[in-house]
Amino acid sequence: MLQSLGKYLLFMSTLFIRKESGRILFNRTIDEAILIGINSIIIVAIVSTFIGAVTCVQVAYNLDNAFIPRSTIGFMVREMTILELAPTITSIVLAGKVGSSIAGGLGTMQITEQVDALEVMGINSASYLVLPKVVAAILVFPMLVILAMFLSILGGYVAGTLSGEVTAQEYITGIRDQFIPYNITFALIKSVVFAFLISSISSFRGYYTTGGALEVGAASTAAVTNSVIAILIGDFVLAYLLL
Amino acid sequence: MIEIHNIHKAFGDKKVLDGVSGVFETGKTNLLLGASGTGKSVLLKCIVGLIKPDLGSVTFDGTYFTNNKLDIRQEIRRKIGMLFQSSALFDSMTVEKNVEFPLKMLTDMNKEERMERVNFCLKRVGLEGSNKKMPAELSGGMKKRVGIARAIAPHCTYLFCDEPNSGLDPQTALKIDELIKEITEEYNITTIIVTHDMNSVIEIGDKIFFLHEGKKLWEGTRDEIMDSNIKELNEFIFANRLMRDAKKVEEEEREEEEERQHNGQLSASQGKEKAPSEETVETQDEPQPENPEGPAATTQTGKDKV
Ligand SMILES: Nc1ncnc2c1ncn2[C@@H]1O[C@H](COP(=O)(O)OP(=O)(O)OP(=O)(O)O)[C@@H](O)[C@H]1O
Ligand SMILES: [Mg+2]
Repeated sequence: MLQSLGKYLLFMSTLFIRKESGRILFNRTIDEAILIGINSIIIVAIVSTFIGAVTCVQVAYNLDNAFIPRSTIGFMVREMTILELAPTITSIVLAGKVGSSIAGGLGTMQITEQVDALEVMGINSASYLVLPKVVAAILVFPMLVILAMFLSILGGYVAGTLSGEVTAQEYITGIRDQFIPYNITFALIKSVVFAFLISSISSFRGYYTTGGALEVGAASTAAVTNSVIAILIGDFVLAYLLL
Repeated sequence: MIEIHNIHKAFGDKKVLDGVSGVFETGKTNLLLGASGTGKSVLLKCIVGLIKPDLGSVTFDGTYFTNNKLDIRQEIRRKIGMLFQSSALFDSMTVEKNVEFPLKMLTDMNKEERMERVNFCLKRVGLEGSNKKMPAELSGGMKKRVGIARAIAPHCTYLFCDEPNSGLDPQTALKIDELIKEITEEYNITTIIVTHDMNSVIEIGDKIFFLHEGKKLWEGTRDEIMDSNIKELNEFIFANRLMRDAKKVEEEEREEEEERQHNGQLSASQGKEKAPSEETVETQDEPQPENPEGPAATTQTGKDKV
Protein backbone atom coordinates (compact mmCIF):
# COMPACT_ATOMS: atom_id res chain seq x y z
CA MET A 1 0.00 0.00 0.00
CA LEU A 2 2.69 2.50 1.05
CA GLN A 3 4.87 1.16 -1.71
CA SER A 4 2.14 1.85 -4.27
CA LEU A 5 1.74 5.33 -2.88
CA GLY A 6 5.46 6.00 -3.21
CA LYS A 7 5.50 4.62 -6.73
CA TYR A 8 2.48 6.76 -7.55
CA LEU A 9 4.19 9.91 -6.31
CA LEU A 10 7.33 9.07 -8.31
CA PHE A 11 5.16 8.48 -11.35
CA MET A 12 3.53 11.87 -10.92
CA SER A 13 6.91 13.54 -10.75
CA THR A 14 8.01 11.93 -14.04
CA LEU A 15 5.10 13.66 -15.74
CA PHE A 16 6.74 16.99 -15.28
CA ILE A 17 10.34 16.24 -16.16
CA ARG A 18 11.52 16.21 -19.79
CA LYS A 19 8.17 17.29 -21.17
CA GLU A 20 7.40 17.39 -24.85
CA SER A 21 6.95 20.68 -26.63
CA GLY A 22 4.02 22.79 -25.50
CA ARG A 23 2.31 22.70 -28.86
CA ILE A 24 2.25 18.91 -28.98
CA LEU A 25 0.99 18.63 -25.41
CA PHE A 26 -1.62 21.29 -26.09
CA ASN A 27 -2.97 19.41 -29.10
CA ARG A 28 -2.98 16.14 -27.19
CA THR A 29 -4.83 17.82 -24.32
CA ILE A 30 -7.53 19.15 -26.61
CA ASP A 31 -7.97 15.69 -28.13
CA GLU A 32 -8.23 14.07 -24.73
CA ALA A 33 -10.62 16.74 -23.46
CA ILE A 34 -12.94 16.19 -26.39
CA LEU A 35 -12.77 12.46 -25.83
CA ILE A 36 -13.52 12.68 -22.11
CA GLY A 37 -16.27 15.27 -22.61
CA ILE A 38 -18.09 13.57 -25.43
CA ASN A 39 -17.85 10.12 -23.93
CA SER A 40 -19.16 11.22 -20.56
CA ILE A 41 -21.77 13.85 -21.27
CA ILE A 42 -24.72 11.53 -21.77
CA ILE A 43 -24.12 9.38 -18.73
CA VAL A 44 -23.56 12.47 -16.58
CA ALA A 45 -26.77 14.01 -17.89
CA ILE A 46 -28.84 10.93 -17.18
CA VAL A 47 -27.39 10.33 -13.73
CA SER A 48 -27.67 13.93 -12.55
CA THR A 49 -31.21 14.42 -13.82
CA PHE A 50 -32.41 11.38 -11.95
CA ILE A 51 -30.47 12.26 -8.82
CA GLY A 52 -32.19 15.65 -8.78
CA ALA A 53 -35.56 14.03 -9.32
CA VAL A 54 -35.07 11.43 -6.62
CA THR A 55 -33.75 14.00 -4.15
CA CYS A 56 -36.77 16.19 -4.73
CA VAL A 57 -39.25 13.38 -4.23
CA GLN A 58 -37.52 12.12 -1.10
CA VAL A 59 -37.20 15.55 0.45
CA ALA A 60 -40.85 16.18 -0.24
CA TYR A 61 -41.74 12.88 1.41
CA ASN A 62 -39.73 13.82 4.52
CA LEU A 63 -41.10 17.36 4.73
CA ASP A 64 -44.62 16.36 5.44
CA ASN A 65 -45.12 19.20 7.89
CA ALA A 66 -47.54 22.07 7.42
CA PHE A 67 -45.27 24.50 9.25
CA ILE A 68 -42.43 24.12 6.78
CA PRO A 69 -42.96 26.01 3.54
CA ARG A 70 -42.97 23.85 0.39
CA SER A 71 -40.29 26.06 -1.10
CA THR A 72 -37.89 24.36 1.29
CA ILE A 73 -37.98 21.42 -1.12
CA GLY A 74 -36.33 23.50 -3.83
CA PHE A 75 -33.89 24.90 -1.32
CA MET A 76 -32.83 21.48 -0.13
CA VAL A 77 -32.52 20.02 -3.59
CA ARG A 78 -30.23 22.89 -4.50
CA GLU A 79 -28.10 22.54 -1.38
CA MET A 80 -27.71 18.80 -1.63
CA THR A 81 -27.00 18.61 -5.31
CA ILE A 82 -24.64 21.55 -5.55
CA LEU A 83 -22.63 20.73 -2.46
CA GLU A 84 -22.44 17.00 -2.63
CA LEU A 85 -24.39 15.06 -5.17
CA ALA A 86 -23.41 16.80 -8.39
CA PRO A 87 -19.64 16.87 -7.83
CA THR A 88 -19.25 13.62 -5.92
CA ILE A 89 -21.71 11.33 -7.67
CA THR A 90 -20.67 12.70 -11.05
CA SER A 91 -17.06 12.02 -10.18
CA ILE A 92 -17.82 8.50 -9.07
CA VAL A 93 -19.65 7.88 -12.31
CA LEU A 94 -16.72 9.38 -14.19
CA ALA A 95 -14.30 7.19 -12.24
CA GLY A 96 -16.10 4.24 -13.79
CA LYS A 97 -16.34 5.74 -17.23
CA VAL A 98 -13.14 7.74 -17.67
CA GLY A 99 -10.96 5.90 -15.16
CA SER A 100 -11.48 2.49 -16.68
CA SER A 101 -11.00 3.77 -20.19
CA ILE A 102 -7.74 5.54 -19.26
CA ALA A 103 -6.37 2.48 -17.48
CA GLY A 104 -7.52 0.10 -20.21
CA GLY A 105 -6.07 2.26 -22.95
CA LEU A 106 -2.71 2.77 -21.29
CA GLY A 107 -2.55 -0.85 -20.18
CA THR A 108 -3.11 -2.04 -23.73
CA MET A 109 -0.48 0.35 -25.04
CA GLN A 110 1.93 -0.96 -22.44
CA ILE A 111 1.47 -4.66 -23.14
CA THR A 112 1.54 -4.20 -26.91
CA GLU A 113 4.86 -2.32 -26.66
CA GLN A 114 3.36 0.93 -27.92
CA VAL A 115 4.73 2.65 -24.85
CA ASP A 116 8.16 1.19 -25.61
CA ALA A 117 7.85 2.46 -29.15
CA LEU A 118 7.35 5.97 -27.80
CA GLU A 119 10.25 5.62 -25.40
CA VAL A 120 12.58 4.44 -28.13
CA MET A 121 11.82 7.58 -30.11
CA GLY A 122 13.14 9.54 -27.14
CA ILE A 123 9.68 10.63 -26.06
CA ASN A 124 8.81 10.68 -22.37
CA SER A 125 5.86 8.35 -22.70
CA ALA A 126 4.50 9.17 -19.25
CA SER A 127 4.35 12.86 -19.90
CA TYR A 128 3.25 12.47 -23.51
CA LEU A 129 0.42 10.07 -22.70
CA VAL A 130 -0.60 10.94 -19.17
CA LEU A 131 -0.11 14.67 -18.68
CA PRO A 132 -2.66 15.60 -21.38
CA LYS A 133 -5.18 13.22 -19.82
CA VAL A 134 -4.76 14.77 -16.38
CA VAL A 135 -4.97 18.32 -17.68
CA ALA A 136 -7.94 17.46 -19.89
CA ALA A 137 -9.78 15.89 -16.97
CA ILE A 138 -9.11 18.96 -14.82
CA LEU A 139 -10.55 21.14 -17.58
CA VAL A 140 -13.55 19.02 -18.44
CA PHE A 141 -14.73 17.73 -15.06
CA PRO A 142 -15.81 21.14 -13.72
CA MET A 143 -17.84 21.70 -16.89
CA LEU A 144 -19.50 18.34 -16.45
CA VAL A 145 -20.18 19.12 -12.81
CA ILE A 146 -21.77 22.45 -13.71
CA LEU A 147 -23.92 20.61 -16.20
CA ALA A 148 -24.77 18.06 -13.53
CA MET A 149 -25.79 20.80 -11.06
CA PHE A 150 -28.02 22.41 -13.59
CA LEU A 151 -29.62 19.16 -14.69
CA SER A 152 -30.19 17.84 -11.19
CA ILE A 153 -31.97 21.03 -10.16
CA LEU A 154 -33.97 20.76 -13.36
CA GLY A 155 -34.65 17.10 -12.64
CA GLY A 156 -35.94 18.08 -9.22
CA TYR A 157 -38.15 20.70 -10.74
CA VAL A 158 -39.67 18.30 -13.24
CA ALA A 159 -40.19 15.55 -10.67
CA GLY A 160 -41.56 17.95 -8.07
CA THR A 161 -44.02 19.71 -10.32
CA LEU A 162 -45.14 16.59 -12.19
CA SER A 163 -45.78 14.72 -8.97
CA GLY A 164 -47.59 17.79 -7.57
CA GLU A 165 -45.44 17.90 -4.44
CA VAL A 166 -44.42 21.44 -5.12
CA THR A 167 -45.55 24.17 -7.50
CA ALA A 168 -43.18 25.71 -9.98
CA GLN A 169 -43.38 29.00 -8.13
CA GLU A 170 -42.48 27.43 -4.78
CA TYR A 171 -39.60 25.43 -6.22
CA ILE A 172 -38.09 28.45 -7.88
CA THR A 173 -38.45 30.52 -4.73
CA GLY A 174 -36.75 27.67 -2.90
CA ILE A 175 -33.76 27.39 -5.16
CA ARG A 176 -33.21 31.16 -5.00
CA ASP A 177 -33.42 31.25 -1.22
CA GLN A 178 -30.25 32.13 0.74
CA PHE A 179 -27.99 31.30 -2.13
CA ILE A 180 -24.31 31.07 -1.15
CA PRO A 181 -22.08 31.47 -4.21
CA TYR A 182 -19.15 29.94 -2.33
CA ASN A 183 -20.91 26.58 -2.48
CA ILE A 184 -20.47 26.55 -6.22
CA THR A 185 -16.81 27.44 -5.84
CA PHE A 186 -16.44 24.65 -3.33
CA ALA A 187 -18.10 22.16 -5.69
CA LEU A 188 -15.82 23.22 -8.51
CA ILE A 189 -12.75 22.86 -6.30
CA LYS A 190 -13.96 19.37 -5.47
CA SER A 191 -14.42 18.52 -9.11
CA VAL A 192 -10.90 19.66 -9.94
CA VAL A 193 -9.43 17.60 -7.13
CA PHE A 194 -11.46 14.55 -8.12
CA ALA A 195 -10.48 15.01 -11.75
CA PHE A 196 -6.84 14.96 -10.77
CA LEU A 197 -7.29 11.91 -8.53
CA ILE A 198 -9.23 9.87 -11.07
CA SER A 199 -7.05 10.64 -14.07
CA SER A 200 -3.75 10.25 -12.27
CA ILE A 201 -4.64 7.10 -10.35
CA SER A 202 -6.11 5.46 -13.43
CA SER A 203 -3.11 6.46 -15.53
CA PHE A 204 -0.81 5.08 -12.88
CA ARG A 205 -2.67 1.77 -12.81
CA GLY A 206 -2.75 1.52 -16.59
CA TYR A 207 0.80 2.65 -17.17
CA TYR A 208 2.30 0.01 -14.91
CA THR A 209 0.40 -2.90 -16.41
CA THR A 210 2.58 -5.89 -17.19
CA GLY A 211 1.51 -9.17 -18.70
CA GLY A 212 -1.47 -9.66 -20.97
CA ALA A 213 -5.11 -8.90 -21.60
CA LEU A 214 -6.08 -10.31 -18.21
CA GLU A 215 -3.84 -7.82 -16.44
CA VAL A 216 -5.31 -4.98 -18.49
CA GLY A 217 -8.74 -5.92 -17.16
CA ALA A 218 -7.38 -6.09 -13.63
CA ALA A 219 -5.73 -2.69 -14.06
CA SER A 220 -9.06 -1.18 -15.16
CA THR A 221 -10.83 -2.61 -12.15
CA ALA A 222 -8.11 -1.43 -9.80
CA ALA A 223 -8.24 2.01 -11.40
CA VAL A 224 -11.95 2.34 -10.72
CA THR A 225 -11.93 1.01 -7.15
CA ASN A 226 -8.87 3.02 -6.16
CA SER A 227 -10.30 6.16 -7.71
CA VAL A 228 -13.62 5.78 -5.92
CA ILE A 229 -11.92 5.32 -2.56
CA ALA A 230 -9.70 8.32 -3.25
CA ILE A 231 -12.76 10.40 -4.17
CA LEU A 232 -14.54 9.55 -0.94
CA ILE A 233 -11.50 10.27 1.20
CA GLY A 234 -10.88 13.47 -0.74
CA ASP A 235 -14.51 14.47 -0.30
CA PHE A 236 -14.26 14.14 3.43
CA VAL A 237 -10.94 15.96 3.66
CA LEU A 238 -12.17 18.84 1.52
CA ALA A 239 -15.42 19.21 3.44
CA TYR A 240 -13.43 19.26 6.65
CA LEU A 241 -10.92 21.82 5.40
CA LEU A 242 -13.05 24.11 3.30
CA LEU A 243 -16.45 24.27 4.93
CA MET B 1 29.23 1.95 -34.27
CA ILE B 2 27.55 0.39 -31.27
CA GLU B 3 29.61 -1.42 -28.68
CA ILE B 4 28.12 -3.63 -26.05
CA HIS B 5 30.16 -4.99 -23.23
CA ASN B 6 29.39 -7.87 -20.92
CA ILE B 7 25.61 -7.51 -20.85
CA HIS B 8 23.90 -9.55 -18.16
CA LYS B 9 20.17 -9.78 -17.61
CA ALA B 10 18.10 -12.10 -15.49
CA PHE B 11 14.37 -12.09 -14.85
CA GLY B 12 13.99 -13.33 -11.28
CA ASP B 13 16.30 -16.31 -11.17
CA LYS B 14 15.97 -16.97 -14.89
CA LYS B 15 19.20 -15.93 -16.53
CA VAL B 16 18.47 -14.63 -20.03
CA LEU B 17 21.66 -12.82 -21.04
CA ASP B 18 24.93 -14.06 -19.67
CA GLY B 19 27.74 -11.70 -20.53
CA VAL B 20 27.21 -10.72 -24.17
CA SER B 21 29.79 -8.43 -25.78
CA GLY B 22 30.25 -7.27 -29.33
CA VAL B 23 30.81 -4.45 -31.76
CA PHE B 24 28.19 -3.54 -34.33
CA GLU B 25 29.79 -1.63 -37.15
CA THR B 26 28.43 1.35 -39.03
CA GLY B 27 27.23 0.84 -42.58
CA LYS B 28 26.85 -2.87 -42.05
CA THR B 29 23.83 -5.03 -41.42
CA ASN B 30 24.58 -6.80 -38.17
CA LEU B 31 22.50 -9.88 -37.53
CA LEU B 32 21.60 -11.37 -34.19
CA LEU B 33 20.94 -14.98 -34.91
CA GLY B 34 19.61 -17.55 -32.53
CA ALA B 35 16.85 -19.95 -31.68
CA SER B 36 13.55 -18.85 -30.19
CA GLY B 37 13.82 -17.83 -26.55
CA THR B 38 17.58 -17.31 -26.45
CA GLY B 39 17.26 -13.65 -25.52
CA LYS B 40 17.61 -11.86 -28.85
CA SER B 41 14.72 -9.49 -28.25
CA VAL B 42 15.85 -8.93 -24.69
CA LEU B 43 19.36 -8.06 -25.91
CA LEU B 44 17.95 -5.61 -28.42
CA LYS B 45 15.87 -3.97 -25.72
CA CYS B 46 18.89 -3.81 -23.44
CA ILE B 47 20.81 -2.02 -26.17
CA VAL B 48 18.16 0.65 -26.66
CA GLY B 49 17.59 0.86 -22.91
CA LEU B 50 14.01 -0.39 -22.76
CA ILE B 51 15.24 -3.09 -20.42
CA LYS B 52 17.91 -2.13 -17.94
CA PRO B 53 20.72 -4.68 -18.00
CA ASP B 54 21.79 -6.00 -14.60
CA LEU B 55 25.38 -5.52 -15.62
CA GLY B 56 27.26 -4.28 -18.65
CA SER B 57 27.39 -1.21 -20.82
CA VAL B 58 26.35 0.03 -24.22
CA THR B 59 28.03 2.84 -26.14
CA PHE B 60 26.71 4.53 -29.26
CA ASP B 61 29.54 5.99 -31.37
CA GLY B 62 31.64 6.42 -28.29
CA THR B 63 28.90 7.95 -26.14
CA TYR B 64 28.17 5.93 -23.06
CA PHE B 65 24.47 5.11 -23.01
CA THR B 66 23.46 2.75 -20.21
CA ASN B 67 23.01 4.64 -16.92
CA ASN B 68 23.98 7.93 -18.52
CA LYS B 69 22.06 11.13 -17.88
CA LEU B 70 18.51 11.20 -19.11
CA ASP B 71 18.94 13.93 -21.69
CA ILE B 72 21.99 12.24 -23.19
CA ARG B 73 20.11 8.99 -23.48
CA GLN B 74 17.16 10.81 -24.95
CA GLU B 75 19.42 12.56 -27.44
CA ILE B 76 20.71 9.19 -28.63
CA ARG B 77 17.26 7.69 -28.71
CA ARG B 78 16.04 10.36 -31.06
CA LYS B 79 18.46 8.90 -33.59
CA ILE B 80 17.09 5.39 -33.20
CA GLY B 81 14.58 3.75 -35.47
CA MET B 82 13.15 0.52 -34.15
CA LEU B 83 10.87 -2.18 -35.40
CA PHE B 84 9.37 -4.27 -32.63
CA GLN B 85 8.73 -7.97 -32.91
CA SER B 86 5.04 -7.27 -32.31
CA SER B 87 5.15 -4.24 -34.66
CA ALA B 88 3.83 -2.05 -31.80
CA LEU B 89 1.83 0.21 -34.10
CA PHE B 90 -0.19 2.92 -32.38
CA ASP B 91 -3.59 1.35 -32.73
CA SER B 92 -5.53 4.57 -32.36
CA MET B 93 -3.86 6.02 -35.45
CA THR B 94 -4.11 5.24 -39.14
CA VAL B 95 -1.18 3.73 -41.01
CA GLU B 96 -0.31 7.14 -42.37
CA LYS B 97 -0.40 8.77 -38.92
CA ASN B 98 1.74 5.99 -37.52
CA VAL B 99 4.47 6.60 -40.05
CA GLU B 100 4.10 10.35 -39.75
CA PHE B 101 4.32 10.24 -35.97
CA PRO B 102 8.12 10.17 -35.55
CA LEU B 103 8.45 12.84 -38.22
CA LYS B 104 6.07 15.05 -36.31
CA MET B 105 7.78 14.46 -33.01
CA LEU B 106 11.41 14.41 -34.05
CA THR B 107 11.81 16.61 -37.11
CA ASP B 108 10.73 20.08 -38.08
CA MET B 109 9.33 19.06 -41.43
CA ASN B 110 6.12 20.77 -42.46
CA LYS B 111 2.97 18.84 -43.22
CA GLU B 112 3.70 18.60 -46.93
CA GLU B 113 7.23 17.30 -46.48
CA ARG B 114 6.01 14.83 -43.90
CA MET B 115 3.33 13.41 -46.16
CA GLU B 116 5.79 13.12 -48.99
CA ARG B 117 8.14 11.16 -46.76
CA VAL B 118 5.29 9.00 -45.43
CA ASN B 119 4.18 8.08 -48.92
CA PHE B 120 7.74 7.40 -49.96
CA CYS B 121 8.33 5.07 -47.00
CA LEU B 122 5.02 3.27 -47.47
CA LYS B 123 5.90 2.76 -51.10
CA ARG B 124 9.26 1.31 -50.15
CA VAL B 125 7.57 -1.36 -48.06
CA GLY B 126 4.94 -2.00 -50.72
CA LEU B 127 2.01 -0.47 -48.89
CA GLU B 128 1.04 2.44 -51.09
CA GLY B 129 -2.70 2.96 -50.89
CA SER B 130 -3.07 1.68 -47.33
CA ASN B 131 -2.64 5.15 -45.84
CA LYS B 132 -6.05 5.42 -44.26
CA LYS B 133 -6.30 1.90 -42.84
CA MET B 134 -6.24 1.33 -39.10
CA PRO B 135 -3.72 -1.17 -37.70
CA ALA B 136 -6.55 -3.52 -36.72
CA GLU B 137 -7.44 -3.81 -40.41
CA LEU B 138 -3.99 -5.02 -41.41
CA SER B 139 -2.54 -8.50 -41.65
CA GLY B 140 0.42 -9.42 -39.46
CA GLY B 141 2.88 -9.01 -42.31
CA MET B 142 1.39 -5.66 -43.29
CA LYS B 143 1.76 -4.45 -39.71
CA LYS B 144 5.41 -5.49 -39.80
CA ARG B 145 5.89 -3.46 -42.95
CA VAL B 146 4.18 -0.40 -41.50
CA GLY B 147 6.47 -0.84 -38.49
CA ILE B 148 9.48 -0.80 -40.79
CA ALA B 149 8.17 2.27 -42.60
CA ARG B 150 7.75 4.00 -39.25
CA ALA B 151 11.26 3.00 -38.16
CA ILE B 152 12.95 4.30 -41.30
CA ALA B 153 10.81 7.40 -41.80
CA PRO B 154 12.97 9.85 -39.81
CA HIS B 155 16.46 9.33 -41.18
CA CYS B 156 17.84 7.44 -38.23
CA THR B 157 21.46 6.79 -37.35
CA TYR B 158 20.76 3.47 -35.70
CA LEU B 159 18.23 1.00 -36.98
CA PHE B 160 17.00 -1.94 -34.94
CA CYS B 161 14.69 -4.52 -36.42
CA ASP B 162 13.29 -7.39 -34.41
CA GLU B 163 12.45 -10.06 -36.96
CA PRO B 164 11.61 -7.76 -39.86
CA ASN B 165 10.58 -10.56 -42.15
CA SER B 166 8.92 -13.10 -39.92
CA GLY B 167 5.40 -13.69 -41.11
CA LEU B 168 6.16 -12.48 -44.61
CA ASP B 169 6.13 -14.53 -47.77
CA PRO B 170 9.62 -15.28 -49.15
CA GLN B 171 9.31 -12.68 -51.89
CA THR B 172 8.28 -9.84 -49.59
CA ALA B 173 10.78 -10.99 -46.99
CA LEU B 174 13.54 -10.69 -49.55
CA LYS B 175 12.34 -7.24 -50.55
CA ILE B 176 12.36 -6.08 -46.93
CA ASP B 177 15.83 -7.53 -46.37
CA GLU B 178 17.12 -5.73 -49.41
CA LEU B 179 15.44 -2.51 -48.33
CA ILE B 180 17.12 -2.63 -44.94
CA LYS B 181 20.50 -3.37 -46.47
CA GLU B 182 20.08 -0.61 -49.01
CA ILE B 183 19.18 1.97 -46.37
CA THR B 184 22.03 0.85 -44.18
CA GLU B 185 24.57 1.33 -46.93
CA GLU B 186 23.05 4.41 -48.49
CA TYR B 187 22.85 6.42 -45.26
CA ASN B 188 25.76 4.68 -43.55
CA ILE B 189 23.77 3.75 -40.48
CA THR B 190 24.33 1.07 -37.89
CA THR B 191 21.79 -1.65 -38.27
CA ILE B 192 21.06 -4.54 -35.98
CA ILE B 193 18.59 -7.13 -37.13
CA VAL B 194 17.24 -9.96 -35.04
CA THR B 195 16.41 -12.96 -37.11
CA HIS B 196 16.27 -16.70 -37.26
CA ASP B 197 15.90 -16.78 -40.99
CA MET B 198 18.86 -18.37 -42.75
CA ASN B 199 17.83 -16.72 -46.01
CA SER B 200 18.40 -13.31 -44.44
CA VAL B 201 21.77 -14.47 -43.23
CA ILE B 202 22.83 -15.45 -46.70
CA GLU B 203 21.30 -12.36 -48.31
CA ILE B 204 22.31 -9.53 -46.04
CA GLY B 205 24.42 -10.78 -43.13
CA ASP B 206 27.51 -8.56 -43.18
CA LYS B 207 28.24 -9.52 -39.64
CA ILE B 208 26.49 -12.27 -37.75
CA PHE B 209 26.33 -12.81 -34.02
CA PHE B 210 25.07 -16.17 -32.93
CA LEU B 211 23.37 -16.25 -29.54
CA HIS B 212 22.70 -19.43 -27.68
CA GLU B 213 21.20 -19.59 -24.20
CA GLY B 214 22.16 -16.02 -23.40
CA LYS B 215 25.72 -16.28 -24.63
CA LYS B 216 27.36 -15.16 -27.83
CA LEU B 217 28.83 -18.36 -29.19
CA TRP B 218 30.08 -17.15 -32.52
CA GLU B 219 30.53 -14.07 -34.66
CA GLY B 220 31.66 -13.70 -38.23
CA THR B 221 30.58 -12.98 -41.78
CA ARG B 222 28.11 -14.87 -43.89
CA ASP B 223 31.02 -16.40 -45.82
CA GLU B 224 32.49 -17.82 -42.67
CA ILE B 225 29.28 -19.10 -41.18
CA MET B 226 29.13 -22.32 -43.16
CA ASP B 227 32.61 -23.30 -42.03
CA SER B 228 32.18 -22.65 -38.33
CA ASN B 229 32.86 -25.56 -36.08
CA ILE B 230 30.47 -24.54 -33.30
CA LYS B 231 28.13 -27.45 -32.76
CA GLU B 232 25.11 -25.34 -31.75
CA LEU B 233 25.53 -23.01 -34.72
CA ASN B 234 25.82 -25.88 -37.13
CA GLU B 235 22.75 -27.48 -35.68
CA PHE B 236 20.95 -24.19 -36.14
CA ILE B 237 22.13 -23.63 -39.70
CA PHE B 238 21.56 -27.12 -40.92
CA ALA B 239 18.28 -27.64 -39.15
CA ASN B 240 16.56 -27.47 -42.50
CA ARG B 241 19.10 -29.56 -44.28
CA LEU B 242 19.02 -32.07 -41.47
CA MET B 243 15.35 -32.46 -42.07
CA ARG B 244 16.02 -33.00 -45.72
CA ASP B 245 18.72 -35.49 -44.81
CA ALA B 246 16.42 -37.17 -42.37
CA LYS B 247 13.97 -37.61 -45.21
CA LYS B 248 16.70 -39.06 -47.35
CA VAL B 249 17.71 -41.47 -44.60
CA GLU B 250 14.09 -42.49 -44.26
CA GLU B 251 13.86 -43.28 -47.93
CA GLU B 252 17.07 -45.25 -47.78
CA GLU B 253 15.81 -47.20 -44.83
CA ARG B 254 12.67 -48.06 -46.73
CA GLU B 255 14.74 -49.25 -49.63
CA GLU B 256 16.86 -51.28 -47.27
CA GLU B 257 13.75 -52.73 -45.70
CA GLU B 258 12.59 -53.86 -49.11
CA GLU B 259 16.00 -55.24 -49.84
CA ARG B 260 16.00 -57.06 -46.52
CA GLN B 261 12.62 -58.62 -47.23
CA HIS B 262 13.90 -59.62 -50.60
CA ASN B 263 16.99 -61.16 -48.99
CA GLY B 264 14.81 -62.81 -46.37
CA GLN B 265 12.89 -64.61 -49.09
CA LEU B 266 16.17 -65.65 -50.52
CA SER B 267 17.51 -66.87 -47.17
CA ALA B 268 14.35 -68.97 -46.66
CA SER B 269 15.44 -71.03 -49.61
CA GLN B 270 19.02 -70.62 -48.53
CA GLY B 271 19.77 -74.27 -47.52
CA LYS B 272 20.04 -75.44 -51.08
CA GLU B 273 21.38 -72.20 -52.48
CA LYS B 274 24.49 -70.08 -52.01
CA ALA B 275 25.73 -68.52 -48.76
CA PRO B 276 26.37 -64.82 -49.64
CA SER B 277 22.78 -63.79 -48.99
CA GLU B 278 23.10 -65.05 -45.40
CA GLU B 279 26.18 -62.90 -44.84
CA THR B 280 24.36 -59.93 -46.27
CA VAL B 281 21.56 -60.39 -43.79
CA GLU B 282 24.03 -60.57 -40.93
CA THR B 283 25.81 -57.42 -41.96
CA GLN B 284 22.51 -55.62 -42.28
CA ASP B 285 21.95 -56.16 -38.59
CA GLU B 286 25.13 -54.34 -37.69
CA PRO B 287 24.75 -50.70 -36.59
CA GLN B 288 24.92 -48.48 -39.60
CA PRO B 289 26.75 -45.21 -40.02
CA GLU B 290 24.61 -42.16 -40.79
CA ASN B 291 26.16 -41.25 -44.13
CA PRO B 292 24.20 -42.08 -47.24
CA GLU B 293 26.90 -44.33 -48.63
CA GLY B 294 26.70 -46.35 -45.41
CA PRO B 295 24.61 -49.38 -46.34
CA ALA B 296 26.40 -50.03 -49.60
CA ALA B 297 29.77 -49.75 -47.89
CA THR B 298 28.79 -52.13 -45.10
CA THR B 299 27.50 -54.67 -47.52
CA GLN B 300 30.72 -54.35 -49.34
CA THR B 301 32.80 -55.02 -46.22
CA GLY B 302 30.45 -57.81 -45.31
CA LYS B 303 31.21 -59.47 -48.55
CA ASP B 304 34.88 -58.80 -48.04
CA LYS B 305 34.75 -60.71 -44.75
CA VAL B 306 33.78 -63.84 -46.56
N1 LIG C 1 9.69 -9.23 -19.32
C1 LIG C 1 10.11 -10.47 -19.12
N2 LIG C 1 9.94 -11.07 -17.93
C2 LIG C 1 10.36 -12.32 -17.71
N3 LIG C 1 10.96 -13.09 -18.62
C3 LIG C 1 11.17 -12.56 -19.83
C4 LIG C 1 10.74 -11.23 -20.15
N4 LIG C 1 11.08 -10.97 -21.43
C5 LIG C 1 11.67 -12.08 -21.88
N5 LIG C 1 11.73 -13.04 -20.94
C6 LIG C 1 12.34 -14.37 -21.08
O1 LIG C 1 13.58 -14.19 -21.71
C7 LIG C 1 13.83 -15.23 -22.62
C8 LIG C 1 14.27 -14.64 -23.93
O2 LIG C 1 13.21 -13.93 -24.52
P1 LIG C 1 13.36 -13.19 -25.89
O3 LIG C 1 12.07 -12.51 -26.15
O4 LIG C 1 14.57 -12.36 -25.88
O5 LIG C 1 13.55 -14.38 -26.89
P2 LIG C 1 13.92 -14.29 -28.43
O6 LIG C 1 15.32 -14.77 -28.57
O7 LIG C 1 13.63 -12.94 -28.94
O8 LIG C 1 12.96 -15.37 -29.04
P3 LIG C 1 12.03 -15.29 -30.34
O9 LIG C 1 12.89 -15.61 -31.48
O10 LIG C 1 11.01 -16.32 -30.10
O11 LIG C 1 11.48 -13.90 -30.40
C9 LIG C 1 12.56 -16.05 -22.72
O12 LIG C 1 12.78 -17.26 -22.06
C10 LIG C 1 11.53 -15.24 -21.99
O13 LIG C 1 10.72 -16.10 -21.25
MG1 LIG D 1 12.17 -12.09 -30.03
